[in-house]
Amino acid sequence: MDPIFIFEQLLNGVGYGLMLFLLAAGLTLVFGIMDTMNLAHGSLYMAGAYIAARVHEAGGSFVGAVLVAVAATVLVAFLLELLIVRKLYARDHLAQVIATFGVILIADDAVKAVWGPSPLMATTPAALAGPVQLLPELPYPAYRLVLLAVGLLVAVGLYVLVNHTRVGMLVRAGASNRPMAEFMGVRVGRVFSFVFALGAALAALAGALMGPISAVQIGMGEAILIPALVVIVIGGIGSVRGAFVAALLVGLVDTAGRAFLPPLLRSVLPPALAADLGPAFAGIAMYVLMAAVLILKPAGLFPARA
Amino acid sequence: MSDGVMSRTLPASAAARWLPWALLGLLALLPVVGAEMGLDYYVGFVRRMLIVMIAATGLNFILGYGGMAALGHAGFIGVGAYTVVALVDAGASSAWAAWGAAVLVSGAFAALIGAVTLRTRGVYFLMITLAFAQMLYYLAVSLSAYGGDDGYGLYSPLELGFGRTTGDAAVFFWVVLALAALVFAFASRAAVSRFGHALMGIRDNETRMEAMGYPVYRLKLVAFTGAGALAGLAGALLASHNNFVSPATMHWTESATLLVMVVLGGLGRRWGAVLGVAVWLALSEVLKLYTEYWHWPLGLMLIAVVFVAPRGLAGLFERRKA
Repeated sequence: MDPIFIFEQLLNGVGYGLMLFLLAAGLTLVFGIMDTMNLAHGSLYMAGAYIAARVHEAGGSFVGAVLVAVAATVLVAFLLELLIVRKLYARDHLAQVIATFGVILIADDAVKAVWGPSPLMATTPAALAGPVQLLPELPYPAYRLVLLAVGLLVAVGLYVLVNHTRVGMLVRAGASNRPMAEFMGVRVGRVFSFVFALGAALAALAGALMGPISAVQIGMGEAILIPALVVIVIGGIGSVRGAFVAALLVGLVDTAGRAFLPPLLRSVLPPALAADLGPAFAGIAMYVLMAAVLILKPAGLFPARA
Repeated sequence: MSDGVMSRTLPASAAARWLPWALLGLLALLPVVGAEMGLDYYVGFVRRMLIVMIAATGLNFILGYGGMAALGHAGFIGVGAYTVVALVDAGASSAWAAWGAAVLVSGAFAALIGAVTLRTRGVYFLMITLAFAQMLYYLAVSLSAYGGDDGYGLYSPLELGFGRTTGDAAVFFWVVLALAALVFAFASRAAVSRFGHALMGIRDNETRMEAMGYPVYRLKLVAFTGAGALAGLAGALLASHNNFVSPATMHWTESATLLVMVVLGGLGRRWGAVLGVAVWLALSEVLKLYTEYWHWPLGLMLIAVVFVAPRGLAGLFERRKA
């Protein structure tokens, strides 16, 4: 394999990892602070992707479309929190899983009713459609570069927000010990509403940005939900730093597995067997990573609760 | 588990205790009546329902009584189904041998996976059982000898003995009904046995049970293995029912749906899993007749059950202790 191909795939992996991080950050905070499992997080991602694709098509401005998608999704998330999620805090995880699974079923049908059952074609903004010559022999899609930049920017922004602001301090206090934070006078409920809206905004942003390079279709939320859950479990539930490291790990392992494992197997195994095992190993890689981390560190890499 | 959901209830009245069995007995008439009235489709539908009930009963046992929220049960259903495929592909023709082997193989898989996963708790357990099920899923996709992604068609019916085969709709229905009844009887016996009580003790307070000298880990592993074996039986029957097996059987949404059906019916309730499967499958079937938007009413029902009937549908029929 030539180094250019490897470098290109690694960049793709980092890009995918950053998008996973946008999803996982909200998920891990909601989980960490209110001990609430929200499966419908993937549906917010889907909402972001659909709204951005349609507004972009209608209005022509990609940045505008992304902003509209984020704003609209935050509104939906606000209603979701008010009507359903808020009433689930005091319940056990299973009740939360069942109720938010119900939300997924409703969301999928709602999207089907509004935008139809067939996948949408989300177009890449015209200005970013071409490649950029990164190295003399490495053209790389400009859009993916923007994706990397936005992902990194949001990660830095979140880091500053969580570690160097008053709100962030309250968020961390809530995640590491909620009863104690409440005793100290933190209105955890209000902090949580903020975190839920923030998580929804990040999920919508990820959906809007991923639209042009993936399929905008019903079920996309469920498909991305599993890797996002894997990320928060590897990172340690409630830890944004853990989610960042784990998201990059999962993004790289998943992309590298798909790109490098099949050719690698072809070089050591008989072709028929390699053709069978390649995709299987690639699909499994992420789960093996999670199982290995959990066996070594049962509470994830960076447990939020000491 | 939240308080109240698992509260002990008064023993059911004699009528309530025998009613489900009477209904199962009545079901035995379905193939005869169905053939008369041209309801063959529904005979098949009820047969599928009974098969799913077998798997759900196992899941209810580990989740409802043992507190183990496993999100990978479809993996064991798949192992059972693919065991049948492997044996048929190798030339086997006896249904009992194939199904028996499916139970053993999926039980063995469950024992191995349980040995690793049962060291974790709560959400981590949920996720790691999901991870193993996903591994089984990708393994099935990679088995190109058995069709890979496209699945594998089982073209000749299996022999049930006495010259009958699974191709005989009525006979196969009765066999499934008898197996399901056996599983239900066994599960309700196990729930009130010493083993069942120990399992409930572990669910409520694991540390205390450990301190009292119960082999907590081993008890959980036995329950997990048993539930996996039951899922394997369901998978084997499902393979014969559909005459087809594909990796889609093992997708994670299948595991989630099974979990949803069990909770919908009522966790740790004797007939909870059975009721949940019946309501969920019947509703989806009916809704599909009328609209292509048949998911959202089910979703609404789930949210309603969580808020209005936290003890599940079976909980609605219980008399509560004052």
